[in-house]
Amino acid sequence: MHEYSIVQALLERVQEQADIHGASAVHSLRVKIGELSGVEVELLQSAFELFRERSICDGAKLEVIPVAACWKCPDCQRTMRRGEVLRCVDCAQPAQLVEGDEIVLERLELEVA
Amino acid sequence: MCETCGCGDPELIPVEVHESLLSENDKQAQHNREHFDSHGVLAINLMGSPGSGKTAVLEATAKAMASTGGVTALSGDLATDNDASRLRVAGIDSLSITTGSACHLDARLVHKALHDLSWHDADLLFIENVGNLVCPAVYDLGQAVNVVALSVTEGEDKPLKYPVMFRTADLVLLTKIDLLPHLPQVDVEKIEDALARTMPEPAVIRVSAITGEGIDDWLGWLESRKSARSVGVA
Repeated sequence: MHEYSIVQALLERVQEQADIHGASAVHSLRVKIGELSGVEVELLQSAFELFRERSICDGAKLEVIPVAACWKCPDCQRTMRRGEVLRCVDCAQPAQLVEGDEIVLERLELEVA
Repeated sequence: MCETCGCGDPELIPVEVHESLLSENDKQAQHNREHFDSHGVLAINLMGSPGSGKTAVLEATAKAMASTGGVTALSGDLATDNDASRLRVAGIDSLSITTGSACHLDARLVHKALHDLSWHDADLLFIENVGNLVCPAVYDLGQAVNVVALSVTEGEDKPLKYPVMFRTADLVLLTKIDLLPHLPQVDVEKIEDALARTMPEPAVIRVSAITGEGIDDWLGWLESRKSARSVGVA
């Protein structure tokens, strides 16, 4: 259940931004969570519900953008999906993960009174 | 206040952030990594399920070494000192990191523990993570390599079920292979196939902490990583 730690980091980051911009509240926030990031979106959302009370995010809407894992051959750019052997059948190169491991705070909408 | 119409609603300011929520941990991990590099210590993040044989492999490693003088370990444990105490008996200078309810080690916990362990003159620092196939994979500790212990009793599709853990592994130690004669239904090739679907460059060493089989290959792998690192550093 490291989602709690992730939410803790999220709230700290949001508080920093709110301080910088002199915001009184947060209207919404958007995070990107990769399929191979190790973060479960549902657990993240319930941890957020629990921890946002009495934080700057109380009442804020959390939008989670899930990102599917995408592996590519670094030579021919052939795409390999989750479950495939992660070596290019043509070039024999090990695949590289191009997206799907992110845990990123994308953007916020802050309320300034 | 909304100045456009004076309605009294707060003004909304969009702020683009685009920052990893792990950046604080990553910064601390980088700090740890610099410590390890400057002292020429190879730090190994050893992960795996509870009961996968992480401690037993380290005990067997100590037994197979001519001297354990250059080996230290940190053991992440929810509630006890048992693993570190077993490693001390095996001759490895070790310390527990008691995590309480936390399911993983993070870079800050490791950094704090480094103050209480004499590791500066060591060649190897094993960081035995909390037994868990999910959370530890998310947190960089500053290690040079990730090693995952996977026992033959855990099920052939374990890597497919826990791809996050295996994706970041530099090496998988397939443990408890002495049990294979008693497990006719376990097909090691299927385990290796599952690893090829989760690790771009699958590296597997089959080991038994009981018979010592494969431990020399594991020591050889550690040695090669140490030399690769010194070349990299020089």
